[in-house]
Amino acid sequence: MLRWIVWRDLMLAWRRRADMLSTVFFFVIVVSLFPLGIGPEAQLLRTIAPGVVWVAALLASMLSLGRLFANDYQDGTLEQLLLTPQPLVLVVLGKTLAHWIVAELPLVLIAPLVGVQFDLRRETLWILFASLLLGTPVLSLIGSIGAALTLGLRGGGVLISILVLPLYIPALIFGAGAVEASIMGSSPSAHLSLLGAFAIVSLLFSPWATAAALRISLE
Amino acid sequence: MRGDRRLFSGLDFAVSPGTFVQLTGPNGSGKTSLLRILCGSLPPAEGEVTWEGANIRSLGEEYVAAVTYLGHRHGIKDELSAVENLRITNALNGVDVSKERACEALGQMGLAGRESLPARILSEGQRRRVALARLLVCNTKLWLLDEVLTSLDKTAVARVRSLIENHLDGGGIAIVATHQELEVDAGRTKRLELTT
Repeated sequence: MLRWIVWRDLMLAWRRRADMLSTVFFFVIVVSLFPLGIGPEAQLLRTIAPGVVWVAALLASMLSLGRLFANDYQDGTLEQLLLTPQPLVLVVLGKTLAHWIVAELPLVLIAPLVGVQFDLRRETLWILFASLLLGTPVLSLIGSIGAALTLGLRGGGVLISILVLPLYIPALIFGAGAVEASIMGSSPSAHLSLLGAFAIVSLLFSPWATAAALRISLE
Repeated sequence: MRGDRRLFSGLDFAVSPGTFVQLTGPNGSGKTSLLRILCGSLPPAEGEVTWEGANIRSLGEEYVAAVTYLGHRHGIKDELSAVENLRITNALNGVDVSKERACEALGQMGLAGRESLPARILSEGQRRRVALARLLVCNTKLWLLDEVLTSLDKTAVARVRSLIENHLDGGGIAIVATHQELEVDAGRTKRLELTT
């Protein structure tokens, strides 16, 4: 069942590739604006790199979260999904996984490339990649709660940001912290472990919260 | 109850296999709310809905597997073709429909030759037909149909009627909310009128 939901969402995303690409381009452009605005000061760029890349990833995921349930809600397929003989948590998990693949994975893959602009070393770029790989599932999972809560509201996009961005703070601190540790030459493993733990905790709890929020939104 | 407003109260009815229930009433009288309560997506403010003697809340997925609900929003994805829509909806409901079977069902709904067009370019009535094609391939006992006859032409309405007749002959139950008169020559017909 999970397979069908993921496959369905991936196919829908493929048919609307422009949506997916706009998120990636947003990320690339925001990250690239900083080196252009600040100028070629290698030391300063290295210092701000972790924060800039991570904050850009958070903002980029805001763009795609609104679509997570809204399209299905408008054409009535979400109601049909709720009436399928399987736990709603599974539906939510499938849709969140598809969202991660479509909206977050491209950011993770392109991040080492845009990181080059900040004069980061190769090991640091790998740590940036690893921290985003561990951290972006958190963005999808926690973001899905916000998307479900703001379903059907006017101006839901802004509301999602206000609800969800504060909850992203731990992921931001540990994710950017790992990259920063690597720049300073110390081991990033402590930050990465905490980020991983945060990902596991959100995997365990957020699908249930999202499912409950969806039931409320659809009543 | 929607918000603070009481839509209906003192509603008590039982439906046996082979019964067709026509749900009528003016706009806003609570037809959709009643159907959504019956399919379990809206909890009733008071009272309970039972299926084969057990509350549908406690039956959970077992009840959902026995019901097909078609809302007045089609539940059709614009980006997917008619066949993909039909197959995915059924797969999510645990019924595996082969491509041939799906095409056949769409053909019976008068959509032959349009099976692989994206639903986006189909007309309103054709999309409705795609949604209704699900009734041909599902094997549920209880059908809850909400305003499904809107924007359908005469032949399609006749097709839906014969679908419902077949369903009733097979011991199924159909509860249909509609403004149009729907005469069904099978099973028993029950009328339920909601007033505001």
